Amino acid sequence: MFNKSLVKTPMPEQNPAARARNFSEVALGYTEADAQSEAARCLRCKHKPCVAGCPVEVDIPGFVGKLAEGDPAEAYEIIRRTNALPAVCGRVCPQETQCEQKCVRGKNGVSVGIGRLERYAADWAMKNGEGASVQAAAPNGVKVAVVGSGPAGLTCAGELAGLGYEVTVFEAFHRPGGVLVYGIPEFRLPKAIVAREIEGLLARGVTLTTNCVVGRSLTLDELFAEGFRAVFIGSGAGLPTFMNIPGESLNGVYSANEFLTRVNLMRAFDETWDTPVQNAKRVAVVGGGNVAMDAARCALRLPGVETVTVVYRRGEAEMPARAEEIHHAREEGIDFKLLTNPTEVLGDDKGWVTGLACVEMELSEPDESGRRRPKPKPDSRFELPVDSVIMAIGSSPNPLIRQTTPDLPVNKWGCVVADEADGRTGKKGVYAGGDTVTGAATVILAMGAGRAAARSIHEDVLAGAI
Amino acid sequence: MYKITEARRYNPSVKRLTVEAPLAARRAKPGQFVMLRATETGERIPLTIADADRAAGTVTVIFQEVGKSTKLLGALEAGDTLSDLAGPLGTPSHLDGVKRACVIGGGLGCAIAYPQAKALHTQGAHVDMIAGFRSQELIFMEADMAAASDSLTVCTDDGSNGRKGLVTEVLKGYLDEGRTYDMIIAIGPLVMMKFVTLTAKPYGVPVVVSLNPIMVDGTGMCGGCRVTVGGQVKFACVDGPDFDGYQVDFDEAMRRNRMYTDHEARALEAHVCKLEGQADV
Repeated sequence: MFNKSLVKTPMPEQNPAARARNFSEVALGYTEADAQSEAARCLRCKHKPCVAGCPVEVDIPGFVGKLAEGDPAEAYEIIRRTNALPAVCGRVCPQETQCEQKCVRGKNGVSVGIGRLERYAADWAMKNGEGASVQAAAPNGVKVAVVGSGPAGLTCAGELAGLGYEVTVFEAFHRPGGVLVYGIPEFRLPKAIVAREIEGLLARGVTLTTNCVVGRSLTLDELFAEGFRAVFIGSGAGLPTFMNIPGESLNGVYSANEFLTRVNLMRAFDETWDTPVQNAKRVAVVGGGNVAMDAARCALRLPGVETVTVVYRRGEAEMPARAEEIHHAREEGIDFKLLTNPTEVLGDDKGWVTGLACVEMELSEPDESGRRRPKPKPDSRFELPVDSVIMAIGSSPNPLIRQTTPDLPVNKWGCVVADEADGRTGKKGVYAGGDTVTGAATVILAMGAGRAAARSIHEDVLAGAI
Repeated sequence: MYKITEARRYNPSVKRLTVEAPLAARRAKPGQFVMLRATETGERIPLTIADADRAAGTVTVIFQEVGKSTKLLGALEAGDTLSDLAGPLGTPSHLDGVKRACVIGGGLGCAIAYPQAKALHTQGAHVDMIAGFRSQELIFMEADMAAASDSLTVCTDDGSNGRKGLVTEVLKGYLDEGRTYDMIIAIGPLVMMKFVTLTAKPYGVPVVVSLNPIMVDGTGMCGGCRVTVGGQVKFACVDGPDFDGYQVDFDEAMRRNRMYTDHEARALEAHVCKLEGQADV
């Protein structure tokens, strides 16, 4: 029966005070009744506007309809046809700017909770041992190399494996998953979930080589010489950016990449692991994106941390982070100093951070990105007493592949130049997608790029172009 | 898993391991390093490649046991395995065109200076090597270093090998004698590299140093290994680890290397207590 509720069925969550001190998942997931109730809010629109908002074109009314009918197994099958990582996407996709933004229910009320339903279907399948029964084509003997095992690479590998390709994924770290394991925290995306999604791909015949740094251990040309017909580069964003203000080399200043990698991939929060992380009491996180929210919320969960302050130079409306992440961070007790810009990291005579000097900002005319440009207010300098500063202000592309592949076109920032619609680069047989092309973006955009590149590789192989 | 084919102890705290790692061995060049983990829950440890055998598919690392992670590594023997090993990482040393070089190692740094001396010697350069240790019983690789150089001076802080002195004093003697070099390569403790640079400066000889800052990934992602070189921030894992000694801010690098000193001391203490506990049983 159609559910007329104007709002989403609430997502059960861990209580903010309790979860702010643990690394267990914040959102607990829908029950069967929640899922059926939410699925019954879908109008099953014939023109499917939501699908047009999905970078991997999941048949949303199709799977939501199956959930409403109480058939999560079939719902999962439908999602898996175009999405290699449903349990991941259901958790970390910015649905509010994609599928849910297009949802007709959102015109008069709140959109259907598509992400929550996707997560429910994926978790149901994992819990009930429903592996991916996606039909794979007969092996075609064509070897394809995928560089990086993050969302772009895994999606590309999954698509190609389904088409019968012999795919090898090369991962620089000791563990696959890319940003899904080193970047996104356990409490937002449990690593056991990522591992199971990857096991599903490997079960489709994808080979994984960890500890292989393409650009150092192997070059692209060597891969071609070894018989790979195509190479997909999904190596992600690279070198962290710092502000170039005084004091950034003091002990206690981290890039968000380093801090998150220590905590997530290297599990510094887990006593049975050997990874150190600073025993800070008061932490400032600089930046306003999802990475800044992840860093702030991880910091808050570490033993001994008393306060975490997010420092961002524009206002809340301009923050690139998802509204849900900002909301969760506030609920957990993270302080926000908005319209505030750091000017110097302050330290003691032993070289340890003692504070962050900031100025207050005000917004003036819009800049080239359309956002109002912040400018400092006169005489507004103040000092935030902190002993750790995490810089979460972006990254520039990793140089390793371009250094060893001189004929691969890159732009002035060092990003690989690839057609965003089809992933083709200026070098024959080489395709690229995800953050290595676009700079830091989202998991689902990277997955869309991986899928598009897989299609291009297939087309080019069929056409005899590579 | 990466099998250890050979293990050898050089002195009470320095050990050498040769590990089967064909991918890392294939392209390894002097100056590069690997990232390894002894166990599934261990730290990623950056270690310079002391030697690589492409045919056998092995790389050799030499390390000093200073904290829990390196002590665990030091407890491994031939036949044991490492959980992970990735490489080669870092930019290879630029040794082309060098005809006369002075290669200086300090303590463990001798293990890292040795492949540079060997590469230079093999390319026909004249190599004077200076190796410094605290005392005689800590000296290792003396024959290897002698074979990779035209002259080798081994000195000790306490004079127990009969040649008391610091590497900088030996270097100054050479330069005062009128020996000329295209390049001085100094590898060892930061304070030694700093003073080699200061010693060489009046003579105008280029000095290359190899830095070993704290790293997590070693591939240009974490930025933990940032060092100030010529007033610019550089990442040792991709821009280095070799840098122009005259440009490096050594004092900052020394300070940054102390980031986890307290943590390491606690981890080591807990580890030793655990071992002693087991010994009591």
